[in-house]
Amino acid sequence: MELTIALSIGVLFGSGIWLILRPRSFQVITGLLLLSYAVNLFIFITGRLSVNKPPLIIQGEVVDPSLYADPLPQALVLTAIVIGFATTALYLVVLLGSRGLTGTDHVDGKERDSTE
Amino acid sequence: MTLLLLLLLPFFGCIIAACMPAYARNREAWFAAFIALCGLLLTFSLYPEVSSGIVIKHELAWLPMFNLNLVLRMDGLAWLFSVLIQGICLLVVLYARYYMSPKDPVPRFFAFLLAFMGAMQGVVISGNLIQLVMFWELTSLTSFLLIGYWHHRADARRGARMAFTVTSIGGLCLLAGVLLLGYIAGSYDLDAVLASANIIRAHQAYLPALVLIALGALTKSAQFPFHFWLPHAMAAPTPVSAYLHSATMVKAGIFLLMRLWPVLAGTPEWTWIIGTAGVCTMLIGAYLAIFQHDLKGLLAYSTISHLGLITCLLGIGTPLAMVAAIFHTLNHAIFKASLFMAVGIIDHESGTRDMRKLSGLSRLMPYTATLAIVASAAMAGVPLLNGFLSKEMFFAEALQVGPSSNWWMSAAAVLMGVFGVAYSMRFISVFFGAKATALPKQPHEPPRWMRFPVELLVLCCLIVGIAPQLSIGVPLQTAAASVLGERLPDYNLAIWHGINAPLIMSVLAFALGILLFKVLKYRFNLLQSAHIPLLYRFNGKQAYESSMLILASAAARLERLFSSRRLQPQLFLLVLAGLFASALMLQAMPDFTHAWSVENINLPFALLWLIGCTCAVCAAWQAKYHRLAALMLVGGTGIVTSLTFLWLSAPDLALTQLMVETVTTVLLLLGLRWLPSRISARKMNLVASNRDKLRRSRDLVIAIIAGSVMFVISYFVLLHPANFTISNFFLDNAVPGGGGTNVVNVLLVDFRNFDTLGEITVLSIVALTVYALLRRFRPAPESIGIPAQQANQVDPASRQTPAQQANSGYLLIPGIYLRLLLPVIGISAAYFFMRGHNLPGGGFIAGLVFAVGMIIQYMLAGTVWIESRLKLNPHRWIAVGIGLACFTGLGSLAFGYPFLTTHTAHLTLPLLGEIHLPTAFIFDLGVFAVVVGTTMLILIALAHQSVRSHRVPGAPVENNATTSREIR
Repeated sequence: MELTIALSIGVLFGSGIWLILRPRSFQVITGLLLLSYAVNLFIFITGRLSVNKPPLIIQGEVVDPSLYADPLPQALVLTAIVIGFATTALYLVVLLGSRGLTGTDHVDGKERDSTE
Repeated sequence: MTLLLLLLLPFFGCIIAACMPAYARNREAWFAAFIALCGLLLTFSLYPEVSSGIVIKHELAWLPMFNLNLVLRMDGLAWLFSVLIQGICLLVVLYARYYMSPKDPVPRFFAFLLAFMGAMQGVVISGNLIQLVMFWELTSLTSFLLIGYWHHRADARRGARMAFTVTSIGGLCLLAGVLLLGYIAGSYDLDAVLASANIIRAHQAYLPALVLIALGALTKSAQFPFHFWLPHAMAAPTPVSAYLHSATMVKAGIFLLMRLWPVLAGTPEWTWIIGTAGVCTMLIGAYLAIFQHDLKGLLAYSTISHLGLITCLLGIGTPLAMVAAIFHTLNHAIFKASLFMAVGIIDHESGTRDMRKLSGLSRLMPYTATLAIVASAAMAGVPLLNGFLSKEMFFAEALQVGPSSNWWMSAAAVLMGVFGVAYSMRFISVFFGAKATALPKQPHEPPRWMRFPVELLVLCCLIVGIAPQLSIGVPLQTAAASVLGERLPDYNLAIWHGINAPLIMSVLAFALGILLFKVLKYRFNLLQSAHIPLLYRFNGKQAYESSMLILASAAARLERLFSSRRLQPQLFLLVLAGLFASALMLQAMPDFTHAWSVENINLPFALLWLIGCTCAVCAAWQAKYHRLAALMLVGGTGIVTSLTFLWLSAPDLALTQLMVETVTTVLLLLGLRWLPSRISARKMNLVASNRDKLRRSRDLVIAIIAGSVMFVISYFVLLHPANFTISNFFLDNAVPGGGGTNVVNVLLVDFRNFDTLGEITVLSIVALTVYALLRRFRPAPESIGIPAQQANQVDPASRQTPAQQANSGYLLIPGIYLRLLLPVIGISAAYFFMRGHNLPGGGFIAGLVFAVGMIIQYMLAGTVWIESRLKLNPHRWIAVGIGLACFTGLGSLAFGYPFLTTHTAHLTLPLLGEIHLPTAFIFDLGVFAVVVGTTMLILIALAHQSVRSHRVPGAPVENNATTSREIR
């Protein structure tokens, strides 16, 4: 299980990096989405993997930490997911505006060839 | 307590003044005058204590851990300056009432003026050096705002910027100097610093500290070589010049030198630095003043010269010179403020300040002329006026400098006197001669109360000049004693000391000055000459401009050299830096040879991620030409991520991820509409160049390396035994401390709710930014037309609006189902919300669920149809949400707990039983409202782009009707 998730994070991260190095703005937004999955998963697994141990306290018993997944990374990732949506929206609007104003979807607002 | 009031009153007044309406000229003036009068009366009420030699102190804790307190400290010197600040402010306010035109926005003027007064008051009553620097910078800032008050004028903007640059650079030097001083003395408290004068003078850091502090003081007081900013600051309205550039702000540097005089003075370095600057300034200023054509320019250079005189006196360093310096500061403020106001009257009534045009004014405005002539006589140092007394004292001190064979200082003093007489003559020459004819306005006497401040100040000149000991003797002595302490010398403020050397020097200066003026006027045609002889090449402004230019171009060159505006190289370097950092990290990793264990691979989980990874890689592959496909593939990865969260005991995360995934997909789908399609390179028969291939392979290698590094790090983290010390705290305290069993939710709304508050604020800001950006949205020209899918000839629905489609049965069954689903979704949102504290759910999830429910309605029935029936005001949702969250936080303050403390109440209701009602619940309600508001605002704003008409970017604006129907 550890190997699977670590490999997957690697694949998502690599795909994201490849995409954010591309020149087209839609590629970059896709790359950011993939990167945010990878990073969120990475933060999440710093709490280690635990199956069937949701951090919902069973009341009336002494709390045994080994029975619960680590809640802290979960809380961090939860807010990260929501913020990720907001930044994606912002980037998308900037992308659309830039496309309209510059006439190209190159991230720099002008084609490489026209400058050099 | 009085001191605190004295300090806070102007700032309080500033806020009130700023809120008054723009036309309330009288009310503003009355109010500002009232504030200044209160300040003046408060200052006077402290006089009995101050004059008996008591230092009034008031301490407030500021940063006690660094031994820094806010100290307000009033002694004789501070008292004298306070009277000057408040008193002249009062007169200037009265004057400004008549000076400012009804067109000028007065609230800004009076607000800035009061803020400046407060800052200046802060400088003089600071008992802590850091605090003094703080107020010092505040005076720079407010004076910048005041000089630039008429910001439509280029000279005002430039003058303001120059003054601010010079004085704030000086301020930074001063801060460094003060830090050094505090380091030597071991404390920033003024009394402690003053007490360790001997240690400071003997310390090896004395010279750097002195130089830095001198830089601060000299820039502020417009001393050579930094004097050039003051004449350009004359672009300010005249009341500002009268107040800031004669009486108060430029005196701040002088004040600082006086304040630190006991600590820093008395060494050769002090005399050389301060004395030389003073002598140069007073000579250059006086000389340049003769050749000005602008009345205010003349006064500006004369101010520079007089400030130089005071600096020079401080540089001389004898106790008697100190007395003379304080005395002259006072005298100069009085006569120069009145002169500035008189010039303002001339400017106001005749429409010009050009001395080449003005003449014979004494017949047109005899009263004002008399006042101005008396004041300029005081400036020249005519007996029976206040300027005479302090100038005599200066001459007497100049004679004392060095051994008896050293005459240069005396010569410089006389020369300065000669120039002073000459420029005063030049100044009053506008009142004599033939009546000027070609003036923009016909001059006449100003309103009664506009002249009153000038009258009062000129009266002061006379009183101090005739009866010095009676009028100013005691306050002056108190002020001098507060600086000099036991070294206070015996002196006699009298008009007649018998025939002595200073008197002879005075007479000489008068004779030569009148001669010089006559010679210049008749032989060299002074009144019309455009050049300043000798010094015309010498231009501080030019030096300033060129150094600013060099700085700017150097910065631009550096930026070109080390930076790029292109995103890809930036990201490339960023990724490389990240890889480098992780390479360093990997070195420190433990060896993991034992770690390759394949046996615990869970097959379904591995299959799940096989799909996830395939989706991700395919998305990376297709994102360029097949955006929709890439979007769906990314969504697939998102679903797999969400399932993983569910699998690995994070139900809250799984729900959030699922909802966000939905919302993000809808968002990007809405965005795709505005991106014209890309025709693939293969269809266009384009062949990638070798350079492109090279770049792609380079990026591929980097991506693979980055992915592998991330894999290795993740794997290490997973193999490393966990250390749950922080998390255990949350697990242990969730129920007893937070009152909820869902630890993640308790973390969000209770333990770390301040973070959450910050986060929902960010969300709201982003949503509003998106909304604002879309209001001026200009789509790509080729995507303005109706998309091909909507213009299908075969499908009748393509010719209908969504509203018509909804009525004519298009997607009727899903439409009805989903409309019926809305209450169900609403209920489930409420359910997720209510149970959030104990079971998976909470504000974030409930908000997203509700938003998704709404979006589905929009998607099926169309924007127009929905909004004619149900108006959701996302702005209000956001406002209510943030309001609720802050209200909850502030509520705990009311009960004496820190911000955002949670309280849990238990209610027992009929039917529902016991309800668990923590205040975190209200906070969570705020989160819910913000999430709904932001999601809806972003999506609706984007969706509205399809139903409004668009302008082609760059095309001329046809009429306003084209941008109708923006969303409210």
